[in-house]
Amino acid sequence: MNTNQSQFTRAMMDASIPVPEGLLDAQNRPAGRRFDVYRNNVAVSLTDAMHAAFPVIAKLLGKENMDGLSGLYLRAHPPSSPLMMFYGEHFPDFLAAMEQLSHLGYLPDVARLELALRRSYHAADSVPVGPEKLAQLSPDALMQTEVKFAPSMQVIASPWPIFDIWRYNTQDGAAKPDAVAQDVMITRPEFDPAPHLLPPGGAAFIVALQRGQNIGSAHEAALAKTPEFDLGATFTLLLQGGVILKLDTKG
Amino acid sequence: MSNTAKSLVVASAVAAALSAAATTPVAAQSKEKCYGVSLAGQNDCAAGPGTTCAGTSVTDYQGNAWTLVDAGSCEGMELPAAADGTARSGSLEALARDIPA
Repeated sequence: MNTNQSQFTRAMMDASIPVPEGLLDAQNRPAGRRFDVYRNNVAVSLTDAMHAAFPVIAKLLGKENMDGLSGLYLRAHPPSSPLMMFYGEHFPDFLAAMEQLSHLGYLPDVARLELALRRSYHAADSVPVGPEKLAQLSPDALMQTEVKFAPSMQVIASPWPIFDIWRYNTQDGAAKPDAVAQDVMITRPEFDPAPHLLPPGGAAFIVALQRGQNIGSAHEAALAKTPEFDLGATFTLLLQGGVILKLDTKG
Repeated sequence: MSNTAKSLVVASAVAAALSAAATTPVAAQSKEKCYGVSLAGQNDCAAGPGTTCAGTSVTDYQGNAWTLVDAGSCEGMELPAAADGTARSGSLEALARDIPA
């Protein structure tokens, strides 16, 4: 009997399924325990990938817990692409659905932050628009202007102090997290992505712009949710991060 | 608030941001890549799994492997001298020393 690809894959991801029949080694003998070795290598290498992909989650949970979670995750979400650098995209939702981890409500958003850092790292290069282009716009034109952002720019809004948690677990001597909501913008000024803490309402403003709203209506959208929204501080971060690629004035 | 008043609020916030961004240097980097200082298998990498850098250095103080350190601390870092007595120091650029064969 021959083994087809789906039987092979199923047995590969589930150690309780017997070795598929019909697998032969180089001397035409049944593959037997060689398949177990292969099966183990798949799980171990994907577990390693998860540790490399989510170092802060791994640090928060500890190695053993992270190993166990990775084992569950890799069977629920085997890779859909050979590009390991993007492996783990379902991990935040997976963490959110784990009842045993529901007392650590911040884990999914911290995982989102770690995923976004990787997306930023691997995003296409881009050249920011000169600040003089912004300075030239009249107050009315500014309101009608739409903004295009660098592909390496990522925004994560969270009700948890995700920036503080990330920093506390990646940098020596960083301050302990405070119990506040934090929005994070990731920029890639040179080659490495860096997270920045956004002022309250900053994520809502940037997301509105990403959806194609102009500066005027994005400002209103941010104010509606966060009356103390600070447009100046948010724009300063956008300019310093070099994330504004294009300004498009309509009307 | 009238539309004119709103646009003046936005314009003044953007003007303030333009001057703030012009006077403060690009978000001061508090870390720098330091080559030639990490122990075997402990180099940093920001690229994630499936890439070939993190934790892959095979000799101590490998010259082409880097670790993130506090900005300004790299080049003054004290390292043990090499086996032949040559002094080692960290570098902001990749080095040719201690490269595995």
